Amino acid sequence: MNHPQAAAAFLKDQARASWHDETLWYVRDKRDAASKRLPEWEDLRTLASDIKEHTLSQLDYYLEKFEEKAFENGIQVYWAKDAAEHNQIVLQILQSKECKALVKSKSILTEECHLNPFLEKNGIAVVDSDLGERIVQFLNQPPSHIVLPAIHLKKKEIAELFHEKLGTEKGNEDPKYLTDAARIHLREKFLSAKVAITGVNFGIAETGEFVVCTNEGNADMGVHLADVHIACMGIEKIIPRRKDLGVFLRLLARSATGQSITTYSSHFRSPRKGKEIHLILVDNGRTAQLSRSNYRSSLKCIRCGACMNTCPIYRRSGGFSYGSTVPGPIGSILSPGLDVKKYSTLPFASTLCGSCTDVCPVKINIHEQLYAWRQEITQAQGWSGKELSIKLAKGIFTSPLAYRVSGKILRAALKSLPHSLIYHPLNAWGKGRDLPQPPASTFSEWYQKNRL
Amino acid sequence: MNSRESILQAIRKLPREKKNLPELPDFGKNSDLLAEFCQSITRNAGEVLSLEDFQEWMKEKNFKKVISLVPDYASLSTQAMPEDPHALDSLDLAIVEAPFGVAENGAMWLDETSLCHRVLPFIAEHLVIVLRSAHLFPTLHQAYAQLQDASTGFGVFIAGPSKTADIEQSLVIGAQGAKSLWVVLVD
Repeated sequence: MNHPQAAAAFLKDQARASWHDETLWYVRDKRDAASKRLPEWEDLRTLASDIKEHTLSQLDYYLEKFEEKAFENGIQVYWAKDAAEHNQIVLQILQSKECKALVKSKSILTEECHLNPFLEKNGIAVVDSDLGERIVQFLNQPPSHIVLPAIHLKKKEIAELFHEKLGTEKGNEDPKYLTDAARIHLREKFLSAKVAITGVNFGIAETGEFVVCTNEGNADMGVHLADVHIACMGIEKIIPRRKDLGVFLRLLARSATGQSITTYSSHFRSPRKGKEIHLILVDNGRTAQLSRSNYRSSLKCIRCGACMNTCPIYRRSGGFSYGSTVPGPIGSILSPGLDVKKYSTLPFASTLCGSCTDVCPVKINIHEQLYAWRQEITQAQGWSGKELSIKLAKGIFTSPLAYRVSGKILRAALKSLPHSLIYHPLNAWGKGRDLPQPPASTFSEWYQKNRL
Repeated sequence: MNSRESILQAIRKLPREKKNLPELPDFGKNSDLLAEFCQSITRNAGEVLSLEDFQEWMKEKNFKKVISLVPDYASLSTQAMPEDPHALDSLDLAIVEAPFGVAENGAMWLDETSLCHRVLPFIAEHLVIVLRSAHLFPTLHQAYAQLQDASTGFGVFIAGPSKTADIEQSLVIGAQGAKSLWVVLVD
């Protein structure tokens, strides 16, 4: 994948790109307002970061403790080293239950593992039950944002889609009407599903319970009506104590959407009588990321999406331009850890303004990690057009004579060279920018003439 | 080596600097908890009712299918609790009691011991939560201190009606769970 090319395609529709930019900025604004209502906001960020740092420093201990407690609670725990093993475990559970259809609430991990296509290939129908996820599922698209899966779509498109898939009135774009239609459609799925899959927001080592947060109530509608609940959890989702939830739940929704808390924060400790909970702990590159000291702290992420909403590049290039399950700034430091060749352009999809770091509720130094990835990738790739320019500039700026002469030449060149040469593809600075009008004289010349 | 062992081994072999687990401050405050709670519920698109308003409201709405699990309002039930939770699909209203609420965000705790079926507060078309106005904590920190020893199989903080903004960021109340939330505050 290539971020600049994909972003250029997104930017062809200027009106949509501006709308996307403004819509996400609106969410960022709501986050700001919510965070400012709490005087202890910065203290909470520090605590959240410290709790996560501590947990990552003893991850083996907490995983074992979590497993032991969950087992005592009657939860069946599995371990998967990668996506393929995770998918195989899910399939085996489904086959043992003779399950052919299931409902699934939002889980970025199952997106990362490409669970849906795998299950469909094995003859199992998956219904994503979050409204935004159902919309993109109908379109055979991945989510373009981890919290707002269908943020790239306009209501007109959703109205057309629902007319085709759910038989809603043609041209009725009212979000309430469309949501109601989805509610009726999904209700039927909830009532018939024998198995429900959810993600996990937090796993608590002390109690062996796990917490799932939604606004729609779709996770709960699925699991409380099904016989079997399968929870898919990345190993970095562990926190030590139940009381730590106080810190994380105060930060999560405020950072994500500006709400003070999600409508539902569900705590699962043991299955209902006669029912089952299966929990899969997934590595899939996380222990490898843990071994990279520069990028280890990216595992503190609680998937709030705040870094996407604030990022000037994400807002203006869209989630799909990243070509990775987790887009935006955090995705651009996580994805190269999974496949540095495939995702080599992502750390460059940033202005390094640091806004992502400023809004991150667990204080991940995202922009510094983007910079560190750039160093590694550039070294591995060697020569680049920009690097050559920098070398030239270094020669010019270290010699006063070269500086004076080149200034004159460049002013003359900008005036007289043909447009095609100045905006040649080799000149990276000419892409999407107008080069300045050359001034009539240099500052030195002006100073000589005008000094008192 | 199985995956469990290989994951744990991969973690164990890493050089690690031990970092301390911080103790959590209380972050309590002496504000008007009731006013803040009501404001939070309203912000979450829920509604707060007094006991009198609630009685009026029940008359006005005249729901067909109601299940009340609150002993003081048991007479409001129009049917018994079904054995199969799927049979709750057509339920118009569930009335439950929360042991406490949280002022900063309007979250109210419900656990399965008081729900009969875990799905009840989600599947009902409308939800009433009865809450004693003295049972409010300022923040989630005090709420979790209260829950420290609770060992129920399922518990949930509910802070409003089910909602979504997945279509062009337009807020729609009533997604997959209860379409409205009414909090009845009692002394």
